[in-house]
Amino acid sequence: MASDTLANPTRSDAEISGLDALEIAGREKGPSRVRRLWSATWPKFAALALAIAIWQAVVLSGWKEPWALPGPGVIFADLGHYLVSSALWEGLATTARRAMVGFSAAVAVGLLLGLGVARVRVLRAALGSMITALQTMPSIAWFPLAILLFQLSEQAIFFVVVLGAAPSVANGVIHGVDYVPPLLVRAGRNLGARGLDLYRYVIAPAALPAIVAGLKQGWAFAWRSLMAGELLVVIATRTSIGAQLTYARELSEAPRLMAIMIVILVVGLLVDSAFGAADKAIRRRWGVLDQAGS
Amino acid sequence: MTSTTTTPRNAAGSVALRGVTKVYGQGEHAVLALDGLSLDVAPGEFVCLVGASGCGKSTLLNLVAGLDRVSGGTIELGDGVDPGLMFQEPALFPWSTVEGNVEVPLKLRGLPRDQRRARVAELLRTVHLSEFGGKRPHQLSGGMRQRVALARTLALDTPVLLMDEPFGALDAMTRDILHDELERIWGERKLTVLFVTHNVREAARLADRIVLLSSRPGRIIYATRVGVPRPRRIDSPEVSAIAAEVTDRLRKEVGRHGQ
Repeated sequence: MASDTLANPTRSDAEISGLDALEIAGREKGPSRVRRLWSATWPKFAALALAIAIWQAVVLSGWKEPWALPGPGVIFADLGHYLVSSALWEGLATTARRAMVGFSAAVAVGLLLGLGVARVRVLRAALGSMITALQTMPSIAWFPLAILLFQLSEQAIFFVVVLGAAPSVANGVIHGVDYVPPLLVRAGRNLGARGLDLYRYVIAPAALPAIVAGLKQGWAFAWRSLMAGELLVVIATRTSIGAQLTYARELSEAPRLMAIMIVILVVGLLVDSAFGAADKAIRRRWGVLDQAGS
Repeated sequence: MTSTTTTPRNAAGSVALRGVTKVYGQGEHAVLALDGLSLDVAPGEFVCLVGASGCGKSTLLNLVAGLDRVSGGTIELGDGVDPGLMFQEPALFPWSTVEGNVEVPLKLRGLPRDQRRARVAELLRTVHLSEFGGKRPHQLSGGMRQRVALARTLALDTPVLLMDEPFGALDAMTRDILHDELERIWGERKLTVLFVTHNVREAARLADRIVLLSSRPGRIIYATRVGVPRPRRIDSPEVSAIAAEVTDRLRKEVGRHGQ
């Protein structure tokens, strides 16, 4: 072989950066943002349009009396009135406040519980399976006890919201901490992270995706529990979305009843999609976003 | 252990193993992973540990890194030295950028922000990744990730580098480049390197001294100095000759377990 290459085998920077450029070529860039957004949204609108069409068809078939099952036109007209009425916004304010207080309490309880169970062996043995068991309990089944304990009050509602949502949050934390890759923990320890620093720099960020998934599921449970609670625990002085739904049924106001249902659905979906967006942002940062599923 | 004023008890980069033994498990199921291993690594020396499966190479590095405890014997490092450890996987934090990863040990040492920034820039220059500081690990190739991991380990400012088959998962061309890079950085920073590999050629390419370990339990069965002048090429006849010699010994050791 040529002896000059043997004598001077150090590589040029160009060779290194050239190899880097070749290896990461084609790793980035997908379809444009607008295009992706469009391809994600049009099927949803199509499905919605189809559902409304089926609804209209059922109404036209005369299966139920129009006062029990009004058509989409009547209901969207009523929804329009409802959206500009003070009743909706007052009710929504009460409901949103309860949702925030209840969910925050559930998150606090869930985080503490999850962290405790994930770290303390005795707690895991004692509570681990119970947390999952709690999740299978339909939240509405808690209400008789809640009403017995707290009468028809907001405390009764919060009690059930926390019981409904906290186990999901706790499970998210437990799952997240359990599945932190051991290699990352070793790397973190070698880099000088001990004790609390290890949590701050390695375990918490590594567990974050699972924790967000737990929050998302917890929100779904909280919202369901809250609606069940507002239907049952009607406090006359305070109008809430759930209370209005009960009144609408008692007065047989079918269009209003269904307009309120749409509001409940939309609020639930909006918050859920906020958690979904957070989840997706995290997965994109981590590089684990499924391209096809986005 | 004689303490005189002229010779420090332990030079900063030295590693001294004295009769290191490691047993996993207890009673009947106890497995002897390392059996009375003694090894002196001088400051600035590049030592490659070679052995077949089950020779306790990784166990040894964990012990030196302080991630595991010896069952017997002692490991002496320079005063206040915490060795840096690199794995076959880059073990980068996926939630953080390249810069963020390199910054972690600096943050943990409590360096102020502007000093951290300067250090990160300097370290990324060292591994030829200045333009990639804002990228996330998943956007890089395997070789680039391993260079980020090297920069992050260098950020520890430790004189002792422990490497556990760090290039085992890379293709040959990338590995060649990283050999050159590691050799350059080792020379520039006067590091002591304990490098574990099962690739004998890699050991002959990099090492000042090759130490061959037996399997189950791990003991030193052979050691040789590599006198080939640097910089070296992995395909040079001198490196090949040493690799062949070590490979023969390794085969004999593996064959012993086949009977």
